[in-house]
Amino acid sequence: MARHAPALPRPHPSLISNDMRITLLILISQCWLSGLAYGAEQYRVVQIADPYIELHTGAGSGYPVFLVVERGATITLLKRKTDWFKVRTSKEQEGWVNLRQLELTLTPSGEKTHIEAIAIADYRRHRWEMGVSGGDYSGARAISLFGGYRFAEHLSGELTLTQALGDYSSSVSVKAALLAHPFPAWRIAPFFALGTGVARTQPRATLVQSADRTDQFANVGIGAQAYLSRRFVLRVEYNDYLVFSASNDHDANEEIHEWKAGFAIFF
Amino acid sequence: MTAETEQVIKPQVARRDITVPSIDTEDFEVGVFGGLMSVEDFGVNPVFGVRAAYHISEGFFVEAAAGQTETGKTSYERLSGAAELLTTGERTLSYYNLSLGYNLLPGEAFLSAKHTFNSALYIIAGAGSTRFAGDDRFTVNLGAGYRFLATDWLALHGDVRDHIFDVDLFGAKQKTHNIELSLGATVFF
Repeated sequence: MARHAPALPRPHPSLISNDMRITLLILISQCWLSGLAYGAEQYRVVQIADPYIELHTGAGSGYPVFLVVERGATITLLKRKTDWFKVRTSKEQEGWVNLRQLELTLTPSGEKTHIEAIAIADYRRHRWEMGVSGGDYSGARAISLFGGYRFAEHLSGELTLTQALGDYSSSVSVKAALLAHPFPAWRIAPFFALGTGVARTQPRATLVQSADRTDQFANVGIGAQAYLSRRFVLRVEYNDYLVFSASNDHDANEEIHEWKAGFAIFF
Repeated sequence: MTAETEQVIKPQVARRDITVPSIDTEDFEVGVFGGLMSVEDFGVNPVFGVRAAYHISEGFFVEAAAGQTETGKTSYERLSGAAELLTTGERTLSYYNLSLGYNLLPGEAFLSAKHTFNSALYIIAGAGSTRFAGDDRFTVNLGAGYRFLATDWLALHGDVRDHIFDVDLFGAKQKTHNIELSLGATVFF
């Protein structure tokens, strides 16, 4: 391929001095920084189709309305914070408008603009999920961070990091699990989980006891997820762990029951 | 039938392909903070940390934070002279927590006739873990903060937070309240 491609014209090395390069670098980094601050330079321009819109001084209904713009006027959408849009009017006034007042806005060519309101439809299509949960891990308090990816409608994979803090010991565990979602369309959808991982247990420093332990475990779980609103999903789960802790000085495997409740954000 | 349904005038509309620029959302907030933390029996010492938040709605946000402080000596250690309760490593207190916040009082700060800034007073509570004196301790935190928006994307914070955890160093288990005062800066993206 490369052999047949015509040689691309290149700037002559001497045309750009080192000083210029540094200036360019500074300029680029400044552009990047201002890009961070003001977002993309190309903004969406829309025409108001709702009877009127109210411009607030801040992104929240508690901030006062300082300007009302009528139907037909053209506004520029600058940025979004939760359900609030920062807009610029044709007279260069800037303020924040709620999503509800922009539902009917049109593009300059007269087509309806689609402004993304996150809804249950997005939840049914989502792939990535991240969340936190807390609960009881066999008498200890458990805090978990989990991330999941939905491969298919009925199947997802999940990684969970859990810290359990008890009176006599604390532990950190990493778990990989497969989750089956038999009824993903239900508002409260049940799921079944099958997982495995490792747990590192550390006895309390004030107790005279054996050293830290690292054990593998297998787990089965059952739970339910409920779509709450926007990007939020509520979740309750029960897990049964079989910790392979049997060794020369410990004669039986341990069984641990865990109850957790939490929420997740989906993308 | 076909004659009836056939259009008399066939509109010739040249459709333009419009690429709709996506709107820049700024729902995430990350930043650093520093201040003073009082650890019960172990004095008041400088604390530093990082925080990240996701704004769910104009009211609610979730926050993850982590911080660290070097605690001092207890009065017992200072009076007795020699007896050290903790090693140097055990004196370092580090914590993380996950909290839910609510912007209780959104408002504006009028610094001068021409300069107005948006602000919000929020309440926040959550749970996490504190590593101190060689152990991880379940910790509940609650507090309030003031967010001052210097620009749309830069916020300055003032926070008061109570970290509540059990300490069993002195024999019996006791609940401790550890107050943290901090100032911080975050950027929205």
